[in-house]
Amino acid sequence: MEPLLEVRNLTKTFACAPVLPGAKRPLLKAVDDVSFNLRRGETLGLVGESGCGKSTTGKALLRLLEPDSGTVLFRGEDILRRPARAMRPLRRDLQMIFQDPYASLNPRRRIGDSIAEPLVIHRLARGKKLRWEVLRLLQVVGLDAEHIDRYPHEFSGGQRQRIGIARALAVRPSLIVADEPVSALDLSIQAQIINLLQDIQQEFSLTYLFIAHDLSVVEHISDRVAVMYLGRIVELADATELYRAPRHPYTEALLNAVPVPDPERRRCRKLLQGELPSPLLPPPGCHFHPRCPYALDLCRQVAPALEDKGGGHLAACYNSAAVGRFRCSSDSNRDTRHLTLP
Amino acid sequence: MNIISTQEKAKSSFWRHLFWPRLRRNRMAMAGACIVLSMAILALLAPFLVRDPGHIDVTLRLQAPSLRYPLGTDDLGRDVLARILYGGRISLLVGFVAVGIASTIGTVLGALAGYYGRWVDGVIMRFVDIMLCFPSFFLILAVVAFLEPSIWNIMAIIGLTGWMGVARLVRAEFLSLRERDFVLAARAAGARDRRIIFLHILPNAFSPLLVSATLGVAGAILTESALSFLGIGVQPPTPSWGNMLIVGKQTLGSAWWLSAFPGLAILLTVLGYNLLGEGIRDALDPRLRG
Repeated sequence: MEPLLEVRNLTKTFACAPVLPGAKRPLLKAVDDVSFNLRRGETLGLVGESGCGKSTTGKALLRLLEPDSGTVLFRGEDILRRPARAMRPLRRDLQMIFQDPYASLNPRRRIGDSIAEPLVIHRLARGKKLRWEVLRLLQVVGLDAEHIDRYPHEFSGGQRQRIGIARALAVRPSLIVADEPVSALDLSIQAQIINLLQDIQQEFSLTYLFIAHDLSVVEHISDRVAVMYLGRIVELADATELYRAPRHPYTEALLNAVPVPDPERRRCRKLLQGELPSPLLPPPGCHFHPRCPYALDLCRQVAPALEDKGGGHLAACYNSAAVGRFRCSSDSNRDTRHLTLP
Repeated sequence: MNIISTQEKAKSSFWRHLFWPRLRRNRMAMAGACIVLSMAILALLAPFLVRDPGHIDVTLRLQAPSLRYPLGTDDLGRDVLARILYGGRISLLVGFVAVGIASTIGTVLGALAGYYGRWVDGVIMRFVDIMLCFPSFFLILAVVAFLEPSIWNIMAIIGLTGWMGVARLVRAEFLSLRERDFVLAARAAGARDRRIIFLHILPNAFSPLLVSATLGVAGAILTESALSFLGIGVQPPTPSWGNMLIVGKQTLGSAWWLSAFPGLAILLTVLGYNLLGEGIRDALDPRLRG
């Protein structure tokens, strides 16, 4: 099937403030040669630690940030080549949901106006029709009609995120970049918002790029998952496949860090060693090698490419055959419990 | 359907539910507001309250305050109360128009500098720095020396030399607001720069602007009084608080009411605007209360 969106070799570098005045500006490669595609109607989860470039990727492919190089093919057309002005009609198709529901709504505008804004900008509705359209959107996201003339500060975080979703839906987009849409919310509210996102995906046949730093959130909603580390995609596979048998040591470590809500099953954890290296000075070769239990000499010199490790399971690791999700046998499980109890 | 009619319900909830209760609790601010309001009302209604301020009656010159002339008469027998109220119209007009000019220029330049950044910011802010290098009062003196002293020139000059603080303020607000997510959201919706500046950033930068404008009125009134006192502001026979003071100066020993009351009017008005301005600032951002 023809992908709806194809991202090839996307790169975005930020110039930071120089250490000394007049010194060379250190460069931060936030997104480093990232490629993936989005099939129509699917959800691609994009996971990684804070600062790994996942939000930058999302914003760069919508051209809310200008990427340095690469191509973003939307319905076969490279949207990075469009002049900035010509992006406006495309914004109807490409929408975004933001992470912080407290910062993403203008505090001085009624939420009805915020939701209506994309419709007004694209001249899709006006007057009474506009108001009915906003009321319909409020209903879709599960808010009351009487909320339309209230201000953002009168709402809870979950309600505000619903408002943000209604705003993104207003222009009937085909692709929504959801930038950590539930990270700022309570756990119970997270589930509601995820369910809402799934419902509207069905109803409006949406394609999602779902950005999160939490693998368990992504597991529930994603068809495929991409894992990012220091600006690069290190693994990309079908969600079930990736969770069952990760092929990159970083993914494995992330999966081991997911807490299991079962007091009887105490896993011996194989946690990551060391700190996240500074993105200003990433380690040479594979960025992950200083923290990797499977690192080879080659990893320190040449970065591995993202390759098919069988069945469309992509991973950027020379030693991916050695990676297996580490599990404790039941015996060792008991042993650890004895050790921890006095 | 009644859904449509709820539009009226939550009108401007920020001002009504957050700002106003906070401002009302602040006694000093309310005192300032009372002074400001009564001055404005008295000045507006002056024609209905007092005699003609230009009516000369030499037989009644330098009368001490009495029931007939509550604030006395001046050296030409004119009613001091009438002249103070009419002078208040001039002073307030000068204050508001000058602040209007300064706020407009400052907002436009500050917004451009803060929103576009880079060289636009560099050019505008260096221009601000240059303007700030001149001691503004002497700049005004120099300019007035070349122009005909009229209240319109005074307003324009006070306005044209008072916008730099506003520009810096608005620039700082724009710098922080343009990075906020709701601005990014507007851009994602396809909004153009103009829409983002006027609909999204400016309304959020309005509060500090309001504070600076309120305090600015006090400053402009003081400047106008000083200029008139030096004889290069509002010209007699048009009354203004400043040029009444200069007449009073000559008779300070014998007729104190000639200078005391215009001075008191300046003091009260400036105090009122300052108290109100600080009260508004505290009400807008309670964290700043020191």
